[in-house]
Amino acid sequence: MSSANASLARRVVGYAALIALAVVAAAPLLWMLSTSLKSNSNVFSYPPQWIPHDWKFSNYTSLWDDLPMNRWLLNTAFISTAVVLGQLLFCSMAAYAFARMTFRGRDLLFYVFLASLMVPYQVTLIPAFVLISKLGWIDTYKALIIPQLSTPFGIFMLRQFFMTLPKELEEAARLDGASYWRIYRTIIIPLAKPSLLAFGVFSFIGMWGDFLWPLIVTNTPDKMTLTVGLNYLSNSYNTDWARLMAGDVISLAPLMLIYAIAQRYFIQGIAMTGLKG
Amino acid sequence: MSVVSSPPPARAQSRGRGRGRSQRSRETLAAWLFLAPSTLHFVVFTVGALIASLVISTWQWDLVTEHQFIGVDNYTALVNDPQFFTSLGVTGIYCLITIPSGIVLGMLIALALNQKLRGMATFRFVYFIPYVAPVAAVALLWRWMYNTQYGILNWFLSGILPGDVNIDWLGDPRLAIVAAGIMDVWKNLGWSVTLFTAGLLAIPAHYYEAAELDGASAWQRFRYVTFPLLTPTTFFLVVMGVIGSFQVFDSIYLMLGDTPSSHATTYNFYIWQQGFRYNNMGYAAALSWVLFAIIGIVTFLQFKFLNKRVNYELG
Repeated sequence: MSSANASLARRVVGYAALIALAVVAAAPLLWMLSTSLKSNSNVFSYPPQWIPHDWKFSNYTSLWDDLPMNRWLLNTAFISTAVVLGQLLFCSMAAYAFARMTFRGRDLLFYVFLASLMVPYQVTLIPAFVLISKLGWIDTYKALIIPQLSTPFGIFMLRQFFMTLPKELEEAARLDGASYWRIYRTIIIPLAKPSLLAFGVFSFIGMWGDFLWPLIVTNTPDKMTLTVGLNYLSNSYNTDWARLMAGDVISLAPLMLIYAIAQRYFIQGIAMTGLKG
Repeated sequence: MSVVSSPPPARAQSRGRGRGRSQRSRETLAAWLFLAPSTLHFVVFTVGALIASLVISTWQWDLVTEHQFIGVDNYTALVNDPQFFTSLGVTGIYCLITIPSGIVLGMLIALALNQKLRGMATFRFVYFIPYVAPVAAVALLWRWMYNTQYGILNWFLSGILPGDVNIDWLGDPRLAIVAAGIMDVWKNLGWSVTLFTAGLLAIPAHYYEAAELDGASAWQRFRYVTFPLLTPTTFFLVVMGVIGSFQVFDSIYLMLGDTPSSHATTYNFYIWQQGFRYNNMGYAAALSWVLFAIIGIVTFLQFKFLNKRVNYELG
């Protein structure tokens, strides 16, 4: 009996912790949503009200009137998508060579890639910026996309996954005289789909939230991404909290949608970055 | 999959060593073609950039006028730069705020959750929202929550503490870094909870059964079984926490603007300030190499001294 009681008590504590943490995680975001729909007087009412007095959707529409919101949304979606597709292609190609091919210097090259994971990004930030400005690429999509097209981390992660794939199909295909490209395209890629999706979603979310690089390589609102746009917004609206929070909601909403759809892959991606790395 | 079922070509198998060599060189060629895009990228943006960064760190250069070679002067100038030391201190304080609280909270919550409760997937979805959200977006949100007069945080604290709480979270120069740290803990809590949950799942049940047979209390089971076996996770979070603290930029920039007080200027923020606000490219490059060295040394020391206490029995 006492063990049944103990298990009930444990479950109650467990649920209490679950709910408490959910409240802590969600309350600030609900506060953002609530503020974004308030009138200016309602924003500053004290004590704070969680449910807006008068649902002021014009906070959102006025952002579209004043600022290139569509442009920022499109820029962010375009840059994130282009970078992720590029990373998936280039990193998986390199990962396939490292995982499955034998050639002189393979292990050395792999360790060089691996060692570069220890380099903090600040060290390469300044030369990358200098290169981009010497090329005259400041304020272009090229500047936002090309420096991110491959990452040693992606190569490492995908290579680890490719190593676990069964070799039989490839060997049979080799005996059939299939080229390496054909094996990569018709065997490896389909088998590796879950890990590619996990890496892709993880990388997409990182790109969407990237701030420092777009901040230093863009000047005009035309080329800005949503995160840099938020900074622009916060400089122009100062303490107009309702509109600032509306901007926040707009920058978050598409990402949240993708996260909701691809949650499974995203959490796998995090697991892959974690402990056993 | 059609590749597999197509009939094998009637190819002569008798070409012997010649075939072996041409096969090998074909494989090498193919491998380099597969590696070409990533390697080219790596040569330009990592290897080339590292060399360039080292060279720039020996220059006095504002990006516009002709650079001047000044040898190691940028590095020796660090010794006389009070902001360099202040930024190191600020980053250290940031570590002390975020790492222990992230670990303690993450472990406590993971322990509370370590039962097969229903609805875990839904809860986990919610916990990860702050982690997924861009730092820029949540920094703006927290700037509003930290508002002295109308912020929800002071209102909440006034409710649970005696008297009216009017903390000037972002205006007080020394408190601002604490405020940024609290936001960081909130943002990353889902991550540490998940890592600890995975760590707990890896502990075999018979460890607990044996402990129970020996009459161990719940505290003793935690102290002698759970805690030691979670040390790899704890160690990983400490190492990542230190590295992450040296990368803090977005939240400071969006909550405090481009010239925060020196007591809120994190190391990474100082690099940005020197490079992109004052156009001291050489000095910023030197700062970034010192950062590289510091992270290397700190990580090495952590492995040397903390790793001894890490229990990898399950690894």
